[in-house]
Amino acid sequence: MTNSLPSVTIVRRIKAPPAKVWAAITQPKLMMQWWGPDAGPTLRAEADVRPGGRFSVVFRLLNGEEHNPTGIYQEVIPDKKLVFTWEWPGMPERESLVTFLLEPIDGGTKLTLLHEHLPDEEARKSHGQGWNGLLDKLPVFLGDTEWAT
Amino acid sequence: MVKYQASGMDRTFSALADPTRRGLLLRLKEEPGLSVSELARPFSLKLPGMMKHLDVLSDAGLITRTKTGRTVSVHLSVGPMREAMEWLKRYERFWTVSIDRLVALVEEDGER
Repeated sequence: MTNSLPSVTIVRRIKAPPAKVWAAITQPKLMMQWWGPDAGPTLRAEADVRPGGRFSVVFRLLNGEEHNPTGIYQEVIPDKKLVFTWEWPGMPERESLVTFLLEPIDGGTKLTLLHEHLPDEEARKSHGQGWNGLLDKLPVFLGDTEWAT
Repeated sequence: MVKYQASGMDRTFSALADPTRRGLLLRLKEEPGLSVSELARPFSLKLPGMMKHLDVLSDAGLITRTKTGRTVSVHLSVGPMREAMEWLKRYERFWTVSIDRLVALVEEDGER
């Protein structure tokens, strides 16, 4: 990965073929079955899966809050790669970028999820450097209550 | 307010995206209050380059500089980093739970 900004990366080995995983991440009726940060229900999913197409998912948390992340598909390579922008209305942040990578492995699929925070245009131009290791080190900074004010 | 926070966090992330600046922050964590020249020494940086990095960190609110006589000492400021960490944590939680459910869904009817 050559992402230049902090990101969340999750890698899983799944006992199902890439085509099946692809279906789960692109078909609204399947998306509704897994999308969401807790056991609350997904209320609506729309996915126009082609570059420039839009996705929109509405889910309700167990605490009753409803959220509606939306975005635009950037790259669509069936069974291999899905890239979309991510906006979360009401959250104090700029657009970010989500990438799903699917690779066939013996017995199934290796799934890599990357969620990157995107900088503004100016910052994007001025930084080509890799982002490594600070995520591991952040707790060092933040865990120390002595000066965490 | 919301807009301010967003651009503030952009600055934090951009500032943190550079390995030299991360090195400076880690050094300041070890030795708070170092002077600019002490800070520059292990990084083989010329002073102007060093000042530029410090300006970026300062604009992002990650450090504060205090002048005492002719010496400028540098301290870490943890607030913006906490905000960046929260961004990462929020999405880590979001995706970890979602992907767990995704895996369960596609694996549920047999091996393949």
